[in-house]
Amino acid sequence: MIPEIGHFSLILALLVALVLGTFPIIGAARGNTVWMGLARPAAKAQFFLIAVAFVSLAYTFASMDYSVIYVAANSNSKLPLQYRIAAVWGGHEGSLLLWAMILSIWTVAVSLFSKHLPDAMRARILGVMGLVSVGFILFMLTVSNPFERLIPAALDGRDLNPLLQDPGMVFHPPMLYMGYVGFSVAFAFAIAALLGGELDAAWARWSRPWTTLAWLFLTVGLMGGSNWAYYELGWGGWWFWDAVENASFMPWLVGTALIHSLAVTEKRGSFKAWTVLLAICAFSLSLLGTFLVRSGVLTSVHAFATDPKRGMFILVFLVIVIGGSLGLFAWRAPTVGRGGKFSVVSRESFLLANNVLLAVAAFSVLLGTLYPLFLDALGLGKISVGPPYFDTVFAPLMAPALFLMGIGPIARWKSAALPELAMRLRWAFGVSVVTAVVLPMVLGHWTPMIGLGLFLAFWIIATSVYMVYQRLRGHEQSLLTRVKAVPRSWWGMVIAHLGIAIFTLGVTVVKGFESEIAVRMLPGDVAHLAGYDFTFEGVQDSQGPNYTASRGLLRVTKNGVERTVLAPEKRLYTVQNMPMTEAGISPHIIHDLYASLGEPLSDGAWSVRIYHKPMVEWIWAGCAMMAFGGLLALSDRRYRMKKRREKESMPNEVVA
Amino acid sequence: MKRFLLPLLIFIVMVGFLAVGLKLDPREVPSPLVGKPAPMFSLPRLDHPEQVISPKEMLGKVWLFNVWASWCGACRDEHPVLVEFSKSGLVPVYGMDYKDTRQDAQQWLEQGGNPYVATVMDVDGRVGIDYGVYGVPETYVIDKAGVIAYKQIGPITDEVLRDKILPLVKRLQSQ
Repeated sequence: MIPEIGHFSLILALLVALVLGTFPIIGAARGNTVWMGLARPAAKAQFFLIAVAFVSLAYTFASMDYSVIYVAANSNSKLPLQYRIAAVWGGHEGSLLLWAMILSIWTVAVSLFSKHLPDAMRARILGVMGLVSVGFILFMLTVSNPFERLIPAALDGRDLNPLLQDPGMVFHPPMLYMGYVGFSVAFAFAIAALLGGELDAAWARWSRPWTTLAWLFLTVGLMGGSNWAYYELGWGGWWFWDAVENASFMPWLVGTALIHSLAVTEKRGSFKAWTVLLAICAFSLSLLGTFLVRSGVLTSVHAFATDPKRGMFILVFLVIVIGGSLGLFAWRAPTVGRGGKFSVVSRESFLLANNVLLAVAAFSVLLGTLYPLFLDALGLGKISVGPPYFDTVFAPLMAPALFLMGIGPIARWKSAALPELAMRLRWAFGVSVVTAVVLPMVLGHWTPMIGLGLFLAFWIIATSVYMVYQRLRGHEQSLLTRVKAVPRSWWGMVIAHLGIAIFTLGVTVVKGFESEIAVRMLPGDVAHLAGYDFTFEGVQDSQGPNYTASRGLLRVTKNGVERTVLAPEKRLYTVQNMPMTEAGISPHIIHDLYASLGEPLSDGAWSVRIYHKPMVEWIWAGCAMMAFGGLLALSDRRYRMKKRREKESMPNEVVA
Repeated sequence: MKRFLLPLLIFIVMVGFLAVGLKLDPREVPSPLVGKPAPMFSLPRLDHPEQVISPKEMLGKVWLFNVWASWCGACRDEHPVLVEFSKSGLVPVYGMDYKDTRQDAQQWLEQGGNPYVATVMDVDGRVGIDYGVYGVPETYVIDKAGVIAYKQIGPITDEVLRDKILPLVKRLQSQ
């Protein structure tokens, strides 16, 4: 019964989404206020209906109803409750429902927080989001229905993929989806502006917080995914340039460009067409990512069961949404106008250069991801594109972008002078060059890549310090007052940029100084790595709720003093008979010690891999800082002030 | 105006590729053995272990070489198709029982029917390595000169037989 309620609710949601996607947009074109007025109630109704469907599916999982195919395929009676709930998005159909659910959350959020927008603008925005929603709900109802029954019912489920049975599964997909579905808001703003022909500073100001919020979620989502891969896959890597990782990384790159470009459009009125294009691209790349994952055109560790009918559906949907919006862009953008002029050396030009670098980086990731497909389609053979390509292409694009990051915020709008900039930044430059040369030598290992990475990281830190110093100079007031006087969005920028520096430091050091050994160990054997002694205490069997595990124990000592104990596990998930590794990690700000258990060898010996990962945690700390910077920017006074002003102005309207 | 059309044009080209890509299977890996002589072996027969069979004996005729095992689930789907096909007598099918025990294999053939002219035993999987077997079932079409003309990875279905294997066998037989 409950699954039928969910199914029915989804059908009603489709009807509501159709209303949302048509009447308000037509109403906005014709100036029909009644039709425009449908947008907000429709957004709320849609949210309610999809939520009912979502809760129904979650309930079906929780109550272990194996007469629903999707539930039977992705859970099991032995699966703990939190994973039975997370299993809702453990497969294809449920991920789509999560997508639709999150889209409806964003839609309803826009309808609630858009009172200050002109009616026509709001109607168009919600309408565009409704159209996207129509596509996704239709996709579910036609070829990916999560509520389809299985008759006769299965006795028990086939279990959630053991790889996904991890706390990461509970948070990572919803965060990631919040991020890339969140770009639908910026997208809808852009389309609405193109439709209405009002691409102005106001449009950029309204789009900014939404874009920042989506970007923030995406950052957290990527951070979580990377960290999850690090401890779950058991070979110590944190990023694999897998097709699906790329699919979420491309919107991040373009979204980052979009945040900066929106700032220019708001402050200076420039880059309008470019900003609109970025807004379209960020969301288009999210949709493309969905296509790549769901259609089976690419192989990936994330790919779910593939079905050509589904692929065809998404492709047609892509053509309509992306093709339609790029067509609209080609038609309307030429009338936008140019905005404020700026000289070759100015904050605008630095931001533009950074934007182009980010966009080219995203494009090169896209190219690398699709290249095997291109060759195969042209009959030129089968290849796979891996980390060597991405590392080679990505570093040269990011290095100048990071360098410019240090200069951009210091340069003046409109027109800046190079000699003056050079004068102001000479100390920052000197400090970072010296650090980049001396520090690796102290650590005993210098390569050009380590030097470059450290230089860029310290360059960003040094220029940020200079920037803060400039901003807080003066002695009339206390430091605290001076700190408070600076807008939070500015602090947000500084902290996000420092996050990039911390991230870069982490990547550079871990790539340059990590070490690993693979050894055969008998109980009592000692392995040595990076000055530590790892004593193997043997393996014990233990029993989890739905797996059996062999848990190894490694006692870590340095100069005879015990430091930590690593407990890597090898699990066998009994339902799917699938082995999994759980790395034993001792995380630390200076370095991680990481061990994973390999195969049992003859006479009680085990193969063990031990890794020493200096500063690897800085990678995620950097991401967290970026997200925190975004949060600070969102809490800026100007957004709160606006709301207060609205509240104050409301009674007047009522009186009038 | 033109430069504003550029994103759309790039997108259209990409869609073209994606549409073609939908029809391709990224998991399909071409075998480097296609076009090369079938690796030699001499393995004991399943039913008469004292007799040894080698591909040399098949020179001059087109034959199918099907790798299977009693422990393999997909072989269970494939087996009835092969049994039905072998009744037509169009082309001899030889089997290789891969990493299996004699008893299990014989029981399997007794239960499901025996489509094979003969089956050889590759108990330790050594010959499987020569043939690049990485998933069971796999099937090779070998021509009169002993050259591998085609490799089917995964179970043979009626469609595969009709669209790929039979036309190929007919062409090879008429050469």
